[in-house]
Amino acid sequence: MAKSAIKKSALRVSENGLEKKTSSKRLEVLKTYKIYIGGQFPRTESGRYYTPVNKAGEKLANVCLSSRKDFRDAVVAARGAFGGWSGRAAFNRGQILYRMAEMLEGRKEQFISELLRQDSTKAAAQKELNLAIDRLIYYAGWCDKFQQLFSAVNPVASSHFNFSVPEPMGVVAIVAPQGDGLLGLVSAIAPVIAGGNTCVVLASETKPLCSVTFAEVLNSSDLPGGVVNILTGKPAELISGMVNHMDVNATIYCENNSSVKASIREQSAVNLKRIYFYDHLNWQKDEGQSPYLIMDTQEIKTTWHPIENIAGAGGSY
Amino acid sequence: MFINGSWQKPLSKKYFDTINPATEEKLSEVAEASAADVDKAVKAARNAYDKTWRKMPARERAKYIFRISRMIQEKARELAIIETLDGGKPIRESRDFDVPTAGNHFFYYAGWADKLEYAFPNRQTTPLGVAGQIIPWNFPLLMAAWKIAPAIATGNTVVLKSAETTPLTALKLAEIIQEADLPPGVVNIITGAGATGAAIVNHPDINKIAFTGSTDVGKIIQRAIAGTNKKATLELGGKAANIIFEDAPIDQAVEGVINGIYFNQGHVCCAGSRLYVQESIAKEVIRKLKDRMESLIVGDPLDKNTDIGAINSRQQLETIHKYLQIGKKEGADMYESSCPLPRKGFFCRPTMFTNVAQSNRIAQEEIFGPVLSILTFRTDDEVIEKANNTPYGLSAGVWTDKGSKIFNMTRRMRAGVIWANTFNKFDPASPFGGYKESGFGREGGLHGLLPYLNLVNH
Amino acid sequence: MATAGSIRTLPDFSLSPRIDQVGVEERASRFTKRSIKKETKMNGLKLVLNMIDLTTLEGKDTDGKVKQLCYKAMHPHDAVDGIPKVAAVCVYPSMVKVAKKAVEGSGIKIASVVTAFPSGQAPRDIKIRDTKYAVNEGADEVDMVISRGKFHAGEYNFVFDEIAAIKEACGTARLKVILETGELGTYDKVRRASDIAMHAGADFIKTSTGKIQPAATMPVTLVMLEAIRDFYYKTGKMIGMKPAGGISKSKLALHYLVMVKETLGSDWLTNEWFRFGASSLANDVLMQIVKEKTGLYQSANYFSVD
Repeated sequence: MAKSAIKKSALRVSENGLEKKTSSKRLEVLKTYKIYIGGQFPRTESGRYYTPVNKAGEKLANVCLSSRKDFRDAVVAARGAFGGWSGRAAFNRGQILYRMAEMLEGRKEQFISELLRQDSTKAAAQKELNLAIDRLIYYAGWCDKFQQLFSAVNPVASSHFNFSVPEPMGVVAIVAPQGDGLLGLVSAIAPVIAGGNTCVVLASETKPLCSVTFAEVLNSSDLPGGVVNILTGKPAELISGMVNHMDVNATIYCENNSSVKASIREQSAVNLKRIYFYDHLNWQKDEGQSPYLIMDTQEIKTTWHPIENIAGAGGSY
Repeated sequence: MFINGSWQKPLSKKYFDTINPATEEKLSEVAEASAADVDKAVKAARNAYDKTWRKMPARERAKYIFRISRMIQEKARELAIIETLDGGKPIRESRDFDVPTAGNHFFYYAGWADKLEYAFPNRQTTPLGVAGQIIPWNFPLLMAAWKIAPAIATGNTVVLKSAETTPLTALKLAEIIQEADLPPGVVNIITGAGATGAAIVNHPDINKIAFTGSTDVGKIIQRAIAGTNKKATLELGGKAANIIFEDAPIDQAVEGVINGIYFNQGHVCCAGSRLYVQESIAKEVIRKLKDRMESLIVGDPLDKNTDIGAINSRQQLETIHKYLQIGKKEGADMYESSCPLPRKGFFCRPTMFTNVAQSNRIAQEEIFGPVLSILTFRTDDEVIEKANNTPYGLSAGVWTDKGSKIFNMTRRMRAGVIWANTFNKFDPASPFGGYKESGFGREGGLHGLLPYLNLVNH
Repeated sequence: MATAGSIRTLPDFSLSPRIDQVGVEERASRFTKRSIKKETKMNGLKLVLNMIDLTTLEGKDTDGKVKQLCYKAMHPHDAVDGIPKVAAVCVYPSMVKVAKKAVEGSGIKIASVVTAFPSGQAPRDIKIRDTKYAVNEGADEVDMVISRGKFHAGEYNFVFDEIAAIKEACGTARLKVILETGELGTYDKVRRASDIAMHAGADFIKTSTGKIQPAATMPVTLVMLEAIRDFYYKTGKMIGMKPAGGISKSKLALHYLVMVKETLGSDWLTNEWFRFGASSLANDVLMQIVKEKTGLYQSANYFSVD
């Protein structure tokens, strides 16, 4: 846990006069970093863990080493949540994303402390956190607008009303960027769920702390369980299972490993899932956010319906 | 073959026959492009891209494409007859649908060429480079138009391969392109079979693959271009659900079903091959379908009265026959029209199966022929679940007089094109393309531009 | 009149099948893509001529005019052999006697428009007397108009009962019920009115009086043919169809025949079950027949204008 938070609570205790100077003796309660599936925080079913270390060689935590089974469970949760989430009013999705930003803001200290432990500087951590919050706000605003921008009423020649609208693809598997443990995660998730998809995210292997804490933010943000599922573990173990899964509609890969990219593309052919490589995006910059990123996980649906033309301008009736 | 603005003999020195499927007579011999021929075409396209097309002011590009459109209109009758001879489709369809729609497609995209900055808010666009395009045999000229028009309007150059059994109208289109004075190499049209297609897919200097065809080949392509930066648009198979509710305008629905499955001999990736009828009206609808089926005329594609022409190839006819056997074996009731068939040529009676179960292969697999599978349902939720219960997601249809139900159905059906109280409608302004294993990317309309462009920040 | 027993089996006419306008017009235009040539065309043309209700319905009709029309009906074009007669001559009730006498022995039927044609705005007893008068004068067929006002007001029972009453008044004369589709507004209503008419006892349903535009069109006729087919499916009873007004060219008439054949089948392709209400169509058909025989395109000057 963040040290500052502990100090604060210790202070409060002493002010209450119940105890004096207990902080030095009190045993710190360590947080268990669990994964997030279907709105629950299970441990990995495999019972495995790994222990990432920072540059200073300090152990970050014992983190779940998620298995393919965990991924499959998460896909089931995501599929189950898709109908409800995509069926919600876009306005309501916007409210929930905004709520996520609020909750993130409220737990600033904790995230900063985690970022610091994951080799960030104070200024960089502050910046990353602020960007992450702002990014959620940015996409909260897009939820009920991008459809207007990317829809079309098509002037077909026959007597039909014809329109094209974006619709969410379904379940999206995301391999989050290794750097920007918080910002990268948020930036990859937000456009996907803003558009009504549900997702399973594999967090940064080396910087996983914020992802689990972010799951706690999600869990307190009115976001229905299963919309975002967060796993920790090793991409090398999991990617192929993510790309092979027949019930995943799209895969987003945020690293620039060309052999991994080639294998993702090859394996995606199994059900022709859509694949996107966000290897060139700098999440810290403006290019890290865009409605075009929302559109990546949208399908365009075109609907036709006849237009009755009786009595219209001397119609043929 | 049409490479770099001129007619060239294949380096392979090989030719293959193209026949009239209605008479099994040979129409002509066309060149079989080898990898070396593909390379030559790609080099021409690259050269044209670098030296001419990319640099040309967009409004000038537009004028070339408008010109092509006009020439297609001028030569409409000739194109229609060739299309029907080579592919077996009824002349009524090639004359009234394929050829005009192809011309219109060029006209529509021509206008986009100098307006791309309006299409993508806050972004500039750049072309991708050389597009390798592979088209199927069901709408030979129209598919060529769907591929070429948006590609060159957005500033790309093209190497297009027509289908093995239907190369002629694409070559005729090449003549038009030549007559229109399009700069050499901007559009190169080659002929060949699967190996030629593979050479295009695997060519290292191609930036974009656009393919229309079977899902199996689509997957092969997706695997083949793994590890490259090639972009892809795949427009693949389908097994569209066409749903009739008891409150539907029944007679128009019956007509829509007929048009949905028997249009172009059922060689349509978006064909309404799975019919779901609400049980309360199933008897009536089936009776009407049978009556209507009897009025369909199967025969000489060049006869204006023909509704159903020749199956495109012997191989496809065999595939259809195989599925008819499967359907019977699975216990479905087969009903075929009593119409006479010509003695020569590849013909198939319009056929429907009743008593079909969701798990039957004829209800799951794409047959690509004039074969309808009829299933029944009771509730809205049931039919939605059944309609979406397929790996495909290209198109779907729904027939009901109730507006709110239409919107419920059209929203919940997972398919790229939904026809409500109509079926098998196409328009250059209307995006077309699938969900799931029916492929990705859109062709037509504003949304058909993106597959040929990179978006860049200002 | 509908008895209590039959009411139980009557459909709710407000539930008549819905018609999608765009779809039905597309289907109708498909028939016009059928091409009819040579022998088939000749047979078709003769059939068309044989299905015509040669019509004069004017305030200025006189005995003389009607007699001339009747002669034309019997001898459409004596210059050429093998030309069939028309099916019927259609006149106002006051002209029935004259017409009946004029066509005597020819087999040509006399049809009379009744029920305060064309508006139908008269009390029922007058309509019944109108009908009985025409039948007594010798009309073989009676063409009534429905009360469109009542129909639009949703008083389907009124419309139904009126048709049933006229049917009773007809005795053995065949009853054609004119829907006046140009005043109904939508195909849904055309379908509904067709269903009411057939269930109430119509032997024929007919599109128009010819006094209102638009009169018969292919889509509107198709909607009525489909209603006839559905009625036949349900009851096994054949009902005749008569598009009237607006069909003046042979080519269009042939397209109508294609439509009848593909919608109802060949059984309906006789003048017992299908009629054209027209006056100028006959001459166009004659010109086409002569053209087919001689290979020469014809001039109207060579065909009598009655």
